[in-house]
Amino acid sequence: MAEFEPNILTFNCNWCSYAGADLAGVSRLQYPTNNRIVRVMCSSRIEPTFILEALKEGADGILVTGCHIGDCHYIEGNVHTDERMKEMMDALEHLGLGGRLRLEWVSAAEGKKFQETITEFVENIRALGPSPLRKGVDD
Amino acid sequence: MTEQEAVTETIKAEEPRIGAFICECGVNIGGAVDCQAVADYVATLPNVTTAVVNKYTCSDAGQAEIKNAIKELGLNRVLVASCTPKTHEPIFRACVEEAGLNPYLFEFVNIREHCSWIHMWEKEDATHKAKEMVRMGVARAAKLEPLQSSEVPVTNKALVIGAGVTGMQAALDIGDMGFQVYLVEQGPSIGGKMAQLDKTFPTNDCSICILGPKMVEVARNKNIEIMSYSEVEEVDGYVGNFKVKVKHKPRYLNIDDCSGCGLCTEKCPVEVPYTEFNEGIGTRKAIYVPFPQAVPLRALVDKSVCIDCGACSKACERGAIDMEQQETFSELDVGVIVVAAGYQVYDPEPQHEYGFGLYDNVITTMEFERLINASGPTMGKVVRPSDVQPPKSIGFVQCVGSRDKNSNIYCSSFCCMASLKNAQLIKEKYPDTEVYIMYMDMRTPFRMYEEFYNRARDSGIKFIRGKPAEVTETEDHNIIARVEDTLTGEIVNLELDLLVLSVGAVSTESTEKIRQILKVSRAADGFMMEAHPKLKPVDTTLDGIFIGGMTQGPKDIPYSISQGSACAARATRFLAQGKALTEGITVKVDEDICVSCGMCVPMCPFQALSMEEGKLNIISALCKGCGTCAVACPTGALQQSHFKNDQLLAQVKNVFAYGEV
Repeated sequence: MAEFEPNILTFNCNWCSYAGADLAGVSRLQYPTNNRIVRVMCSSRIEPTFILEALKEGADGILVTGCHIGDCHYIEGNVHTDERMKEMMDALEHLGLGGRLRLEWVSAAEGKKFQETITEFVENIRALGPSPLRKGVDD
Repeated sequence: MTEQEAVTETIKAEEPRIGAFICECGVNIGGAVDCQAVADYVATLPNVTTAVVNKYTCSDAGQAEIKNAIKELGLNRVLVASCTPKTHEPIFRACVEEAGLNPYLFEFVNIREHCSWIHMWEKEDATHKAKEMVRMGVARAAKLEPLQSSEVPVTNKALVIGAGVTGMQAALDIGDMGFQVYLVEQGPSIGGKMAQLDKTFPTNDCSICILGPKMVEVARNKNIEIMSYSEVEEVDGYVGNFKVKVKHKPRYLNIDDCSGCGLCTEKCPVEVPYTEFNEGIGTRKAIYVPFPQAVPLRALVDKSVCIDCGACSKACERGAIDMEQQETFSELDVGVIVVAAGYQVYDPEPQHEYGFGLYDNVITTMEFERLINASGPTMGKVVRPSDVQPPKSIGFVQCVGSRDKNSNIYCSSFCCMASLKNAQLIKEKYPDTEVYIMYMDMRTPFRMYEEFYNRARDSGIKFIRGKPAEVTETEDHNIIARVEDTLTGEIVNLELDLLVLSVGAVSTESTEKIRQILKVSRAADGFMMEAHPKLKPVDTTLDGIFIGGMTQGPKDIPYSISQGSACAARATRFLAQGKALTEGITVKVDEDICVSCGMCVPMCPFQALSMEEGKLNIISALCKGCGTCAVACPTGALQQSHFKNDQLLAQVKNVFAYGEV
């Protein structure tokens, strides 16, 4: 059996965290290849159903990123993100999927933080093991 | 059905025919990702008509290939896998539009910043990742729908925030191009930090002598309206149509009646042991004119110390004093905004760096500028604070608050030249004074700067390559700087009469407030962030908002002025065209599914949504396309164009393919 490689899905907002991920690239900050990014204009666009769908599709961990509170391009979209994701984390906890959703604020200047967050999250999920919903991988 | 809806339905009815263009970007992508393998894989995916590799997709040849493929293969969606949409999405959208495709039928996948550059030595994994990323893009591309950007009229007026030398230059250039400018300055006079400097390198011109005429020119320009002692409070709207609320702080006198004659100041009995313009040195009255060359040359009252004795009112022949004055507000309509809100010098006091704040004879460069200035508090006589005697030995310490892990890691860029200038001024004025510069590296790029440095070396200034490890004070208030000259390895204890800290630049609270009002990104150093470090140095990611001078980071006067002009040129493009395009990405409601619950309405921070007669009403011009409201919709009736549920879910459902790649 091959070593478990976590599937990580990342949501990035257009203005801050997507630019932060760009900066990590421009700065050639190396990090694990496990994550895939979906770009949204604002982190507040992320539907709870997207998280559930991702888990159903076999994501082991989901990282939601956005602008720091007070820096949202849309004034307070990230405040809604904060509320929604915290509720989502509670719900996942009850479903036995605790620790698989993480929320992090990453500014356009924080390429280093993006690199470190991904690296750390991949390791956390690796320690947690494959998602029970993940299908087919170990077959 | 509108014409646009008809086009959308036609496109939706067509089978997607996707052309995928995989860019090698020379070796930038090609070095870490096997682009041909990616293209070969993508060609097998559903709806993909063609998948090819380009050396540089954004080049003329690459774009021509896209256009040809659209026409010859009848593509109705185009996907480019290359770099970041932040810089290249507009280029490719324009490219597909030229070939007759709606620009929103273009999909971008970033396999450079988000793949090849961060997995430089993992070719196999990077290639695998790139395939998956493009597969997500293909899935989304198939769901894309055409959208229309709308053209909005542009109010042909500009707002410039900050009237230092950068803001003044921007205002002058915009004004000279024939557009009206509101120049808002928080201080009582325009001129900024440059007005406080004594001489300017590398020519040693008197600073106010070259700035003063420019300040007058700003005041005389018919297209510029100066709003001094005023602050920007709120900004709403978007490119072409900003609504700005400006607060005018009370000066406690009528600015139109005051002539700046200074009679009130003479009669005022309150002596304040602090002067803003002289960096705290010296005294001023409770009612005062900021400095002799101030524009506007008008007095103001410091209410915190005023004793309401009425002496100024009696003295004023023009009856200008109004102690009951309240703050007032203006509402401005402008099309573009230039931010030149400036900086402050680093404050070494909290950490008592090099004894600053503990020992009287340790001062900053800005304090030194005022001391040596002929119109300063000592009339240009350099004296040390402890005994008001001329110093016989002066040391400068470089990189205070710059290039230091404990404060700021960046180089403030102007401080080496500033100290070289100040050291030379001392040598010219007091040739017998011993002058030392303690430094890590002297940085003197640009025309005539290195020559200036050589001149300083020839003038007898002593350079010590090292920063003081310890600074102490003797009983007679001399300063002992213990410093290792790292070129000789010798440790010396320099006894100095005066120590000048060459402080760097940091952003200010008021600039940070403006940044938050405008939502401009903040760089790691605390200054505002430009849209692109090389290609768009004065643009921000927000259309119609530009940044220049120290607002964007430390720089010297010529660089700041260049940026002021650059901001003016970039901003005036919108004013000259008289129109701007707004994004087609707004929220839309499917009335057949909407149950009029109103859950979405309070979500909108821009008041674009309202319930009217039991129906949801959307004002598209106010919608900025964040999608916050769409998430609140329980039925899925509300959808954010270009980021619809099915478009994003298409990506989510195609992330992981379990070894199928």
